[in-house]
Amino acid sequence: MQIQERRKELMATKNIMIVGVGGQGTLLASKLLGCVLLEQGYDVKVSEVHGMSQRGGSVVTYVRFGEKVYSPVIDRGEADIIVSFEKLEAARWLEYLKPGGQIIMNTQEVDPMPVITGAAEYPGQLVEKLKAAGAKVDAKDFLTIAESAGSAKAVNIALMGRLSNYFPEISNEEWQKAIEACVPQKFLDLNRKAFEMGRSA
Amino acid sequence: MKELMLGNKALARGLYEAGCQVISSYPGTPSTEITEEAAKYEDIYCEWAPNEKVALEVAHGASVGGRRSACAMKHVGLNVAADPLFTISYQGLNAGLVVCVADDPGMHSSQNEQDSRHYAIAAKIPMLEPSDSEESRSFAKRAYEISEKFNTPVLIKMCTRVSHSQSVVEPGERIVPDQVPYVKDPTKVMMTVNSRNAHVRVEERTKKLIAYAEDCDLNRVEMGDTALGIITSSTSYQYAKEVFGDEASILKLGMVYPLPEKKILDFAAKVDQVVVLEELDPIIENHCKQLGVKVSGKDRFPICGEFSQNLVRSCMGLETQESMHIADEIPGRPPVMCAGCPHRGIFYILKKNKCMVYGDIGCYTLGAVAPLNAMDLNVCMGASCSGLHGFNLAMGKEGERHSVGVIGDSTFIHSGITGITDIAYNMTNSTVIILDNSITGMTGHQQNPTTGKNLRGEPAGKVDLESLCRALGFERVRVVDPYDLDAVDKALKEELAAEAPSIIISRRPCVMIKGTVHQPPICPKEEKCVGCKACMQIGCPAISVREGKVRIDSTLCIGCKVCTQMCKFGALE
Repeated sequence: MQIQERRKELMATKNIMIVGVGGQGTLLASKLLGCVLLEQGYDVKVSEVHGMSQRGGSVVTYVRFGEKVYSPVIDRGEADIIVSFEKLEAARWLEYLKPGGQIIMNTQEVDPMPVITGAAEYPGQLVEKLKAAGAKVDAKDFLTIAESAGSAKAVNIALMGRLSNYFPEISNEEWQKAIEACVPQKFLDLNRKAFEMGRSA
Repeated sequence: MKELMLGNKALARGLYEAGCQVISSYPGTPSTEITEEAAKYEDIYCEWAPNEKVALEVAHGASVGGRRSACAMKHVGLNVAADPLFTISYQGLNAGLVVCVADDPGMHSSQNEQDSRHYAIAAKIPMLEPSDSEESRSFAKRAYEISEKFNTPVLIKMCTRVSHSQSVVEPGERIVPDQVPYVKDPTKVMMTVNSRNAHVRVEERTKKLIAYAEDCDLNRVEMGDTALGIITSSTSYQYAKEVFGDEASILKLGMVYPLPEKKILDFAAKVDQVVVLEELDPIIENHCKQLGVKVSGKDRFPICGEFSQNLVRSCMGLETQESMHIADEIPGRPPVMCAGCPHRGIFYILKKNKCMVYGDIGCYTLGAVAPLNAMDLNVCMGASCSGLHGFNLAMGKEGERHSVGVIGDSTFIHSGITGITDIAYNMTNSTVIILDNSITGMTGHQQNPTTGKNLRGEPAGKVDLESLCRALGFERVRVVDPYDLDAVDKALKEELAAEAPSIIISRRPCVMIKGTVHQPPICPKEEKCVGCKACMQIGCPAISVREGKVRIDSTLCIGCKVCTQMCKFGALE
């Protein structure tokens, strides 16, 4: 019983996963998120994958925040929000989401090698299936949004703009301050635009 | 000011604050950023050494010269550095020496899952094990204190989840100790009576270190409920706190060799049941058992793989969280060679020629993945050269005519030179392909002795691979462009047939290096495409076939034109 209570208390730690395909810029997104959360006075842990998986493999970053965060990783059934840079990756990591949890999804499809070689098929109607499984899904074509902001590479910041809607307690100014701290000066305007377009999409 | 810092960066910060002045390392995931981050401090001399053995010898030399020094490597790198490690333990130091080693439980980016703590035990060297970024920083400073107090190198053991997770750090000031004067000491020559005396000193040192382990705050007790006592370290401590909070008492070990005795016995006496929570091998567990403490450990928890909070919950008989599922099979997304990777053409030709391919360690290990499936095996850095020689000794001409070793430029410098020396010296007609992409690729683009630049990207010495191979005794050394499939095919066939040892250098810079010139992407001519999928045989992530026609992802394609050579119908010009 005591452990049950302890677990409830732990629910106070919030868990966000950022998933995608190696090379999509997930690391910058987690850097921005970690930066803004630390400014809020939270204890924060961010866990990344480097090395082999960055070569076009499935990648995941765990961001955890709360009063005191212990484990650096998020486990099955624990994520409050999954931000997915790619449709199939949202489905891959679904079991890490809390029942009824939120998915923010870029609807871009990137074929993995087994699909390219014809050994497997890219599953259809994934958004509908994720909803049917009980997830809340906020799916948009953030690639097109990023392109109209000026560069396909800004899809990471566009998605962070979207995610910012789920933090009513953090002001737009605080996000802007974090963007300034994380993004190189010469890409600042582009990323500010992508953030705003993702936020209001 | 508080800062969110990667574990490796925090460790680099700790080395900096401790006044470390020389770092020599060889890159290897998950250790690479330790040295890269340290190099951002101009006050520390940092270099990439050709391999970990050299790196440790350099760092030790700097210690002999009176400066605090360090080196960093991944777990398998410590195998390479093991030779100097064991004797440096005997010989001792002048200024402090810290050896950082990063294990990879779960093998995110490694060929095995060895537990580096065995080296601390075998070489009789103290080992500290931080559990987050702040400890990575502070333990680096403690490591130098221990190193100099006990006249021993100190190992700091990282793991993927400490190295590559960010947590909150409060940086301190850098304090550089005075250079320790070098004084010639005849007992430093490790032979006969000196070595025998040194071993006695090492055993005495270990006794003193055990006494240190009993009292120091690196090993701390956090008393909670006494029904359950957990002895743990590293990230396992974090999982224990996550699951149990203060519902259990915890003995958190920050120094994992040598382990305390009285502290463990006292802790065990205060709790009803003791569980040892440690990833990989049962080292703390066996130590407890030797002390006569009844503990539960690997009877509950796996030896293989990483831990997590759910794993701890389920092994402790607790419920894990519910989760959602969909019925679809989700296709895997393994890492792949990048579009335009110069290794692709080589592996396609090797597959076409049905070669037995003795692989090595680097990006090109991805040549083993479908659809290329062009690598037979790999072992460790350099084994492609020496292993191939042995294979051909057993197989004779049949082997020599159908087998090759493939090895990257950095790996070749690391451990391939001795292997090809054996080929030239003992004369098998072996063929080794050096995949020279002018960078250490897999670990994130580090310079190496073949690139002409040092760690900071400044001009540096440069190994001439062709001259080197000739000097070692190879008369047949040729260079090919891996984008030219016919040229690669011709070179391969000729060298396999040759009655002499051969080296083929496949030379093209990695497409991911900044400054590599890319060509415009291929625009497929749909009307010429017959949907034969010949272009799909090279496994390029930029190529797909939709509705029977080839498509090129123009954001990935760099115009290498390897696919152009695959298409008989001119659809990929």
